[in-house]
Amino acid sequence: MNAFITVNKNAIEQARSLDRKIRDGKDAGPLAGVAVGIKDNISTKGIRTTCASKMLDNYVPPYDATVVKQLQDAGAVIVGKVNLDEFAMGSTTEFSRHGPTRNPWDTSRVPGGSSGGSAASVAALECAVSLGSDTGGSVRCPASFCSVVGLKPTYGLVSRFGLVSYANSLEQVGPVGRTVADVASVLDVISGFDERDHTTAAGKQSYGAGKKRPLRVGLVKEFIEGADEQVSKIIYDAVNTLAKEGCKCEEASLPSVKYALASYYTIAMAEASSNLARYDNMRYGFDASPDGYEWNSYFSHTRGNFGEEVKRRIITGSYVLSSGYYGKYYLKAQQVRSIIRKELKSLFGKFDVLAGPTMPILPFKIGEKLDDPLKMYLVDVDTVVANLAAVPAISVPAGFAAGLPVGLQLMADEFCEQTLFDAAGVFESAANVRGSPDL
Amino acid sequence: MEVKIGLEIHCQLTGLASKLFCPCPCNYRGSEPNANTCPVCLGLPGTLPLLNRRAVEFAGMITLALGCRIPEETMFYRKNYFYPDLPKNFQLTQYNAYGITSIGVDGKLDYDDKSARIRRVQLEEDPGRLVYEGGSMEKSLYVLVDYNRAGVPLVEIVTEPDFADPNDVRDFLNKVKSIVEHLGICDTNLEGAVRCDANVSVAGGNRVEIKNVNSFADVEKALKYEMTRQKTMVSRDIEVKAETRHWDDARKVTKESRSKEEEQDYRYFPEPDVPSVELGRDFTKTLQGSMPELPDARKARFESMGLSSHVASVLIDNKELADFFESAAKIRDSPKEIANWLVTDLMGFVDEKEKEAGRSILSGIKAGPAHIADLVKLVEDGTVNRATAKQILAQVVETGEMPSDVAKNSQVTRIGDTGALGQAVDAVFSAEPSAVADAKKNPAAVNFLLGKVMQQTKGRADPKAALELIRKKLEI
Repeated sequence: MNAFITVNKNAIEQARSLDRKIRDGKDAGPLAGVAVGIKDNISTKGIRTTCASKMLDNYVPPYDATVVKQLQDAGAVIVGKVNLDEFAMGSTTEFSRHGPTRNPWDTSRVPGGSSGGSAASVAALECAVSLGSDTGGSVRCPASFCSVVGLKPTYGLVSRFGLVSYANSLEQVGPVGRTVADVASVLDVISGFDERDHTTAAGKQSYGAGKKRPLRVGLVKEFIEGADEQVSKIIYDAVNTLAKEGCKCEEASLPSVKYALASYYTIAMAEASSNLARYDNMRYGFDASPDGYEWNSYFSHTRGNFGEEVKRRIITGSYVLSSGYYGKYYLKAQQVRSIIRKELKSLFGKFDVLAGPTMPILPFKIGEKLDDPLKMYLVDVDTVVANLAAVPAISVPAGFAAGLPVGLQLMADEFCEQTLFDAAGVFESAANVRGSPDL
Repeated sequence: MEVKIGLEIHCQLTGLASKLFCPCPCNYRGSEPNANTCPVCLGLPGTLPLLNRRAVEFAGMITLALGCRIPEETMFYRKNYFYPDLPKNFQLTQYNAYGITSIGVDGKLDYDDKSARIRRVQLEEDPGRLVYEGGSMEKSLYVLVDYNRAGVPLVEIVTEPDFADPNDVRDFLNKVKSIVEHLGICDTNLEGAVRCDANVSVAGGNRVEIKNVNSFADVEKALKYEMTRQKTMVSRDIEVKAETRHWDDARKVTKESRSKEEEQDYRYFPEPDVPSVELGRDFTKTLQGSMPELPDARKARFESMGLSSHVASVLIDNKELADFFESAAKIRDSPKEIANWLVTDLMGFVDEKEKEAGRSILSGIKAGPAHIADLVKLVEDGTVNRATAKQILAQVVETGEMPSDVAKNSQVTRIGDTGALGQAVDAVFSAEPSAVADAKKNPAAVNFLLGKVMQQTKGRADPKAALELIRKKLEI
């Protein structure tokens, strides 16, 4: 699968010490012994954190991300760091210095991205749960392509301290698991206010597997109409399943969705261009000597080692922030963002959850879309909305078309993660989608 | 020829315990290189800034003291540029755009009988420091980077181009210095705690920015040099280029910057990791209530204690001296006398080199407020005369002894009793018979005799008592 970049050599020892704790009758924590994979853009003290980039090839962080510490305190064992698109920029996990991760359901196909290592490793039973990060769909897209559950929490529910920033105003750390209950129990551990992250909020509840209740479900017209027929058929079936379980299902419309991708990529690339400026290989990075360079030319020399997709986003982001263009692009993108948010918020007056496909297409072949970046960006059309609006969204396995996974995406209002777990949990037990690939 | 000067003053908030966005100590001086750092101020991947709320309050205090308006909401922006002393390759600072302003705008500061408009006050982080192995960029094969200073809170004060005379700039800077010291937010004596860039243009030329002036004392010199340079060029029809020049501290000239100064586009945008700071009206109100006494108010109070405007100004310009004065005046309630001793006599012992370097002017002086109060008491009691007191002061600033002890031990106290004085007068009368004869008719010769008595007693004689004795002996 090529899901792991680095394996934690201390994992066995940590598991043994947990065993001793349990044997001695001590409290080993709610996630005692759970094998967790961590996306390689989340800081782990003493375990190198590469972001799948040459720029951080030799970088070993001196500190743990808040979420990592929370998991360890809860008894989880970090088994390793998993693959991603370089700096989380991509939707296929092909843009990795460590090679592409493969889809466990068909290894000639992409697992989705950018948290492809997280979803593939969980689907292939290489670990129980995994932490990904979701900037525009990076948890939900691979969850959908690999037929596992993935959550993008409300912006501010989970600490970003230690998550290597790609687009700070959009992204959240999110869990990937094989069941809704697994995802809920990880969220329970990693959510809540963090004094080291100003953007976290007090909105945490206690999370658990779903409760059956008659929810009001809106099927987003724009999402379903834009999807491939094979995908939309499964999503219609999924909504029917929810209806049979007592949910009230109706059509909903989100007209501003057509501006979402443009707004998303403008904001994400702008923030990325600034966030990635620090990688100049002066303080940490890879083996290179500044001998013989004037500093400016050294920076150019080292920063040439970013991958093509990252370079593309840094250059585009620098452009939209440059003077004279700021108002035309960045500011306009922010205005669109608030329109989308407003529209979505008003829909949540009528619906508890909004449903649609997570991905408009089926997992495609590795290499298929590499040549056309714009085509690649289009696959994010259904996922970016939740990031722009800061609301939570979950992808839950909905079925298979031609043997390939399809995911159902559900969105709820801010801090209504439990509503998502209720809806996804009910669907999960009613639909009974096949659990693991034949490997 | 018309001259326009504008200033950008940087003031470190040395009065804070921690840096602007992390818990590292604000005081980096004396630390091993790169020891005063943490993952946040080193900009390590994944770290997030945490705003120091106290720094916002300190900046607010400067803002109020400079007569600026505080907005109800303010924000931090990223200023993007590549430089080795910037750990993140962007600086967190403030920016005025789209209805959002920095912590202070549109102010005015009166100094002496003049005033200058303040364009804005903003809060930002200091970069690290480049250390040239050979002392300067030209002489070095490599450069070292020290991030100990990175993230230290800085307040930038930007004035309108309201100055025409470098002397006015000096007076203005002294006032600003006195204000931040009175607010207790910046110890201006610390090296690099206050820095100043200046923009200068003369009629017919372009605007030139002078950077790298690391002491307020040098700003005046740099401006005078630059004005002469520009005026000479304009008068010879040579174009004054718009450029950035660096102040060469060693040679006391401004130099063309060797690095290419291209038109920079800083790509400002709001920092997503620091939510906008809601100040509201309460912020300003609470600050106003907690402001310490400012220089103007203190000067008025000093004048009400009987000090002249000039003496009060000299004291206020240096908070250290003003505090010294108040402590001494508390011990001995003779404010006028104490102030005069400080301004005219004690200042004479100030090491000019210390003053030049911007360090504490009283650091080398061992006499404290209690010493001066004691000295004034000796003079006012009539125990010693003024001339003797000055000699005592010269000794006291070196040794730190109490003036009254010095007076007692070295027997410099005034000789007032007729016994001892009588002996001195007798000695003079027998040594100067012709003057004694003359003195009976000529009053000027009496003074000559008195002078001799003073000489005989090494200045310790009470002149009044001596004169009386002389007159008695002359029978006039």
